[in-house]
Amino acid sequence: MASRIVMSKLSPTMEEGRVLKWVKRKGDPVESGDVVVEVETDKATMEVEAMGSGVLREILVEENATVPTGTTLGVVAAEDEDISAILEESAAAVPVAVPAATAPAQPAPGEASAPGAQPVAPSPAGDGGRIKASPLARRMADDRGIRLEGLRGTGTGGRIIKRDIEAASSAGVPAPAATAPEVDYDVPYERVELSQLRKAIARNLAQSLGPIPHFFLTREIDMGEVLKLRGQLNETLAESGAKIGVNDIIVKTAAQALSEHPEVNVSFAGDHIRRFTRVDVGIAVAVPDGLITPVLRDAAGKGLRRISEETSELIARARERKLAPEDYQGATFTISNLGMYGIDEFTAVINPPAATILAVGATREKPVVVDGTVEIRPRMRVTLSCDHRAVDGAMGAEFLATFAEMLENPLRLVL
Amino acid sequence: MATKITQSDELLGLDGAALVEMLKWMVLGRRFEERAGEMYQVGEIGGFCHLYIGQEAVAVGALTPLRRDDYVITAYRDHVHGLVRGMDPGAIMAELFGRIDGSSKGKGGSMHLFDASVNFMGGHAIVGGHLPVAVGIAYAIRYRDTDQVCVCFLGDSVANIGAFNEALNMAALFQLPIVFIIENNQYGMGTAVHRAAAIENLADRACAYSGMQGWTIDGMEVLEVRRTVETAVDRARAHKLPSLIEAKTYRFVGHSMSDPNYGHYRTKEEVHQFKAHDDPIKQYIETLRAHGVIKDTDLNDIEQEAKKIIDDSVEFAKRSPIPQPDDLYSDIYSGESPDVRRRDPWR
Amino acid sequence: MSRDLLDEFGEWRVRDVPIAELGFTGLGVGAAMVGLRPIVEYMTWSFALLAIDGIVNAAAKMRYMSGGQFKMPITFRGPSGAANQLAATHSQALDSWYAHIPGLKVVAPATARDAKGLLKSAIRDDDPVVFLEGELLYASKDDVPEADDFTLPLGVSEIKRPGRDVTVVVHSRPLHSALAAADTLEREDGVSVEVIDPRTLRPMDIDTILDSVRRTNRCVIVEEGWPVCGIGAQIVDDIQREAFDYLDAPIARVTGADAPHAYAANLEQFQFPQADLVVKAIRQVCYRD
Repeated sequence: MASRIVMSKLSPTMEEGRVLKWVKRKGDPVESGDVVVEVETDKATMEVEAMGSGVLREILVEENATVPTGTTLGVVAAEDEDISAILEESAAAVPVAVPAATAPAQPAPGEASAPGAQPVAPSPAGDGGRIKASPLARRMADDRGIRLEGLRGTGTGGRIIKRDIEAASSAGVPAPAATAPEVDYDVPYERVELSQLRKAIARNLAQSLGPIPHFFLTREIDMGEVLKLRGQLNETLAESGAKIGVNDIIVKTAAQALSEHPEVNVSFAGDHIRRFTRVDVGIAVAVPDGLITPVLRDAAGKGLRRISEETSELIARARERKLAPEDYQGATFTISNLGMYGIDEFTAVINPPAATILAVGATREKPVVVDGTVEIRPRMRVTLSCDHRAVDGAMGAEFLATFAEMLENPLRLVL
Repeated sequence: MATKITQSDELLGLDGAALVEMLKWMVLGRRFEERAGEMYQVGEIGGFCHLYIGQEAVAVGALTPLRRDDYVITAYRDHVHGLVRGMDPGAIMAELFGRIDGSSKGKGGSMHLFDASVNFMGGHAIVGGHLPVAVGIAYAIRYRDTDQVCVCFLGDSVANIGAFNEALNMAALFQLPIVFIIENNQYGMGTAVHRAAAIENLADRACAYSGMQGWTIDGMEVLEVRRTVETAVDRARAHKLPSLIEAKTYRFVGHSMSDPNYGHYRTKEEVHQFKAHDDPIKQYIETLRAHGVIKDTDLNDIEQEAKKIIDDSVEFAKRSPIPQPDDLYSDIYSGESPDVRRRDPWR
Repeated sequence: MSRDLLDEFGEWRVRDVPIAELGFTGLGVGAAMVGLRPIVEYMTWSFALLAIDGIVNAAAKMRYMSGGQFKMPITFRGPSGAANQLAATHSQALDSWYAHIPGLKVVAPATARDAKGLLKSAIRDDDPVVFLEGELLYASKDDVPEADDFTLPLGVSEIKRPGRDVTVVVHSRPLHSALAAADTLEREDGVSVEVIDPRTLRPMDIDTILDSVRRTNRCVIVEEGWPVCGIGAQIVDDIQREAFDYLDAPIARVTGADAPHAYAANLEQFQFPQADLVVKAIRQVCYRD
């Protein structure tokens, strides 16, 4: 029984993927469950397993080629099995092969490489590049500045329809930004192709600051008690080898504060607001060619030690690019900490569909007035970015007040 | 059974003025059609243009005895019927020219002349289609219980159409005041009557309908036509009985302007024979001369009068503006037709 | 239909005629030309095929061909569409044939109330009106206003059932299938269906339909007639021209099956645009199939 190796849709936002490496060669015997090929999605590197046994009869997409999801990459079948029908069908659904970054680009004359050429939009419907969208959806997308290319259609045959635009705009969307204006620099430059991850970042964040009305609340917090607590905890844990970081305490504190302020643990969904009943904290992690935000589920319901362990493990997998979609999707709140880079304070762009993100700066010794006298205290500045469609200034400020108070009196964490 | 009326009491007791008036109509009809043919050839008139040349005795003999409140309806060879019924020659010519001052504002053309003011009910171009309509007019007369009469002209080929039976049957069944006059000009377009009708005299079909009288007459003799129609009209007016008259006639020209005068269906000799011996106008002039009703100078006056009327009609038609695009959309309904422009935004 | 009218009005006003459709149609046209206001009844509209010349060539064009000299205040009426197992020649819904003709007005009521109000208006109208009465509706009951002078204007659509999610446009008998489908969808799917009956097919009140489609973004058109060049095809055109940017799904049509009508009872039922088909179509345009 012949089976296909397919560029599977591994996340709702995934439209295309790149073949990284064929683990099996043409003619190699393959058992069901064997890893046949490694592919790079917009967020991670994935191993694709065979769904049947036999030999790898055909390799249809070469390494480094990028193809839309749904494309048949190869065929596993018995040695003498007739696979012409599969091959024919696969050929009929010719994928839009996007030359990958490292592959020598061989554009057809007058195509992709020509300055000002229209980029070939990957089709959410997977039917040869044309985006299927209802007239209404097109008009709504136009009105709201949403790019259809980034959307998944839920209508017949993958047609983008009204509800998809509504979902996209509640998630925050548009992205005129993703099509950066062509600027004719008179300066030599090196063309750096976008990795799948870089594309995903560009797409997702371009859907953030434009359509989402951001506002920012900054507050300085005294970290003396936190540092003291961390010392005590690590002394206690010394024998087990575990180690709690300041960031773990920040995660725990934010989660705790959010559970006291559920009105901030929300997502704007067009005609309603989703107020989440669990706090899933995304932690922005820098990786070599971008960033990714693994999600710590139910952070408010977990103790510091567990938070620390899980966070370490998520960060490690993120750096190895081994995260599965369920590991990095659906944060209700995100923390981005650039303190270790010496950043004092910054503003972060909301990571849709969440309505808030907390930008954490470095903790520094500063002179502050305490009870009428100047003292040197470890101080940290945080900035909360809020989606004003769902969160108002006072709501955000109250949350931040609770968050600060908890950090300044970390015993509250155990209450 | 159909009976043949012969020329006996020739002048029907008509005075000189009435007799000359009939001649005037015949001459006017002939000259009008000749001018229409000319105007067609120079391109002022388009479409189908069926000329009445040779058949004048039928329309003139049938229409001159009618009252002003009677109704007249005919088929598409209708110019002379309209003229004799009293339509303005200028309005007819302008209609043929496709001008706004035409009787139908340029929308009907040659085959669809109408004039409500003289109860001229058209001008109908679907062969046989107007017979049931004529019956409806006669029905309305009886419904209103007046003594009006409806006279319906038809071509010989209509006698073979289903509507002929449906109409004549109802006319007899409901005892309607109607006179059907078949103008048998020998050919239904290019088909000789004997190739189309399984009967020699079409009026014999009257025997199929109780109370309907049929006559087959010489349609080239205007007085014979008049005498027969007077009899039939009297039956209708006084007794509410329908009649069927077959007037055997001949057209001297082709079926329409786009057909040749002879074609394959009839010979040049045949046409010349009819023109030489059976021209209704020549015959009538001879009759009037024989009875001393007219002189040569009268004839000249009649011709000059006809020429003047026709010259004026052509002048009027030429001066009349062509219709405007918006006129295309008027007279479709009693009010505006709202959807028209909406569904056709380019025009 | 005309019971007691003969006794009341006499034989010159209420006339039993030979079965000669072309003949009695033309009779009506001639009577209308000279100022009467006739009503011509066909035993069924399928038989009116024999009278097409009288309706299309004579009645529809008399005013026009005469340059407005003759009005045509005539109403052609009779049962239309399928009856019970009368097979191919007696079951046709030729609505679109008549609606095609400039000069005709075409009315196709679905309820007894509408039939009364619209028929009075049709008779009083100075233009020829083709009045199509769904034959299988003759037994249906409805609240009919008693008032002698109850009329409904021609050319006005009625929203038979307000809704938010999808617009169903339907005339004549299938209105009842559409209303049943709407109930089913409200109950089972929570889909709110707006049902609009144009009632007059020419001139059609498109604005009510367009307004609705602009609200619901979806449309299903139901008719008893065949699909090709049907009434729904014209409505689709009107919508795509004037409300293209409001459509969230292709417009769906549910029509009579594209085949002549068969005699067998099951095949005849299969021919009709039944409620279950309407349900399927609505689910499709709502992306719920």
